[in-house]
Amino acid sequence: MTRNKDVMNRRKFLREGLWGACLAGLGGATGLSVARNNRDNMVWQIDPYLCIQCGNCATYCVLEESAVKCVHSYAKCGYCDLCTAYLVPEPTALDTGAENEMCPTGAIKRTFVEDPYYEYTIDESLCNGCGKCVKGCNAFGNGSLYLQVRHDRCLNCNECAIAVACPSQAFKRVPADQPYLLKEVVH
Amino acid sequence: MMLRFLRFTVFVFALLAPSLAVCQEYRFPPPDFESGYELPETVVPPPRDSAYEYVDTAVFLLALILASYLIHKKRSRRAIYALVIFSLLYFGFWRRGCICPIGAIQNVTLTIFDSSYAIPITAAIFFVLPLVFTLFFGRTFCGAVCPLGMIQDVVLVRPVKVPLWLESALRVLAYAYLGAAVLFAATGSAFIICRYDPFVAFFRLSGNWNLLVFGTSLLLIGVFVGRPYCRFLCPYGVLLRQFSRLAKWRVTITPTECVKCRLCEDACPFGAIREPTEDWPTGQYRIAKKRLALFLVLLPVLVAGGAWGGHKLKAPLARMHPTVRTAERVYLEETGQIEGTDDVSDAFRATGRASGDLYREASMLRDRFALGGALLGGFLGFVVAGKLIALSVRRRRSDYEPDSAGCLACGRCYRYCPKEHERLNQKKERVPAH
Repeated sequence: MTRNKDVMNRRKFLREGLWGACLAGLGGATGLSVARNNRDNMVWQIDPYLCIQCGNCATYCVLEESAVKCVHSYAKCGYCDLCTAYLVPEPTALDTGAENEMCPTGAIKRTFVEDPYYEYTIDESLCNGCGKCVKGCNAFGNGSLYLQVRHDRCLNCNECAIAVACPSQAFKRVPADQPYLLKEVVH
Repeated sequence: MMLRFLRFTVFVFALLAPSLAVCQEYRFPPPDFESGYELPETVVPPPRDSAYEYVDTAVFLLALILASYLIHKKRSRRAIYALVIFSLLYFGFWRRGCICPIGAIQNVTLTIFDSSYAIPITAAIFFVLPLVFTLFFGRTFCGAVCPLGMIQDVVLVRPVKVPLWLESALRVLAYAYLGAAVLFAATGSAFIICRYDPFVAFFRLSGNWNLLVFGTSLLLIGVFVGRPYCRFLCPYGVLLRQFSRLAKWRVTITPTECVKCRLCEDACPFGAIREPTEDWPTGQYRIAKKRLALFLVLLPVLVAGGAWGGHKLKAPLARMHPTVRTAERVYLEETGQIEGTDDVSDAFRATGRASGDLYREASMLRDRFALGGALLGGFLGFVVAGKLIALSVRRRRSDYEPDSAGCLACGRCYRYCPKEHERLNQKKERVPAH
């Protein structure tokens, strides 16, 4: 009988020891990760210098309307009349006709500023993040248009579905206090 | 007009000379406006307020406390079911299933292996809390909090029994899933738990077709086989199982003592109720002993074999890493084995990096996968051997008990116990009738 009791005790001792070790391990792991972490969160963002405007952003986002939208660094823009982001490569006429516009949703608004400059603004609600205008702007313009993840829309999935589909690995995790990778303006 | 013509000439020139694309900055100098035009600001809306994350964490903690209370003290399936619905709505449909403790395994792994990544505090808390609660109260997280479990729990209508050997065999999938998830997260290749989450498409009410089919079939299977994802696939469940074995207080079917009435025998839809054992018949005992000895010898063989197999699989495993995929594509193109280019190789060439550089990085990654694959294979060999050994060992048990690892703490078995009815009646009598 005493022997049986001993066995039970030994098993119990091992169990308790393992239990304590697990708890201590979990506590230690949390402590370490919290101590190492000096930022509260990470969010997804596109590096505009790596983006090749493949069009995946418009289709791969888990949201029906992509969280990626085109942004405009106005300070970089040349305000051209013949804007290659606004107009298709060989327009039938240099006007605002739908057949001449690059944007499939007509999200780019063109406003006259002064001769010969025109301002181009993006209508957020129409933009679907396809990047066609970005491609045009990068090809022949200043590259003032580029795609960014809009954090008012982004669900911040643990693994971004667009990042998985991105051919250029342009999606990065960035700290939430600096959630945008804007093209810097050099003067 | 003159200026416009000038610009058009520049445009045509740019068309003719795409080599100019390298110096794309400021092809057209930003104008100096004379009309007093002011540059609009670039719109950059801030991310979701982190205060919400602390709310989520608090709700998560409260849900776990409440679940443990309902399961251990209140012992009422109806109350537990109310919490199940709440968890499904809040953690599932409201938070849209992200971030969950299951996926947080990968964040924790990535933090360990990648020094440039810092785990969000909420992810760390989501990972640790259920494990801590399991060490004390058993798998109460699985019982009433996990949204992935809850969506399967509510569709379970007509449970069928899965034989123990089949259940054990299928559970190897979960270990493989955990091992693969850790391997791919550690190498920075992918978060496969999130990528192949079968139910997140339901929570978001949108998702890709393959995952919708996968999720729907799991739910359809789940009508008959209780919570198939939890039992056979969930990588976090693997961790919770081991912690649950050590738990201080686990679910007990009876509130007092087991009278071995066999009423609860078929109560558990997840096959987690263990019957009292009888002594081995002498003939069987000898065979079982030999079988156990065989499996113990087999253990190192399986581990070594698994490690060898995993090592051999390094090439296909490494293909999960985008850099390796890029390198393979570029290599095929450069050696003329493939005509033309695709987005991946175009993107690589646009960076202007030398392909030799890329190949070196890819071969370094392949080496890491050789080691990782061997570890993964060895781990799986160990798991398979461990399962074989566990199946051939008979534990002595005198009462009907929930399985220490497999019990999902759903509370379905309580009302099958006559002692539980006795307890409830006593409770009712204790309450004075006015």
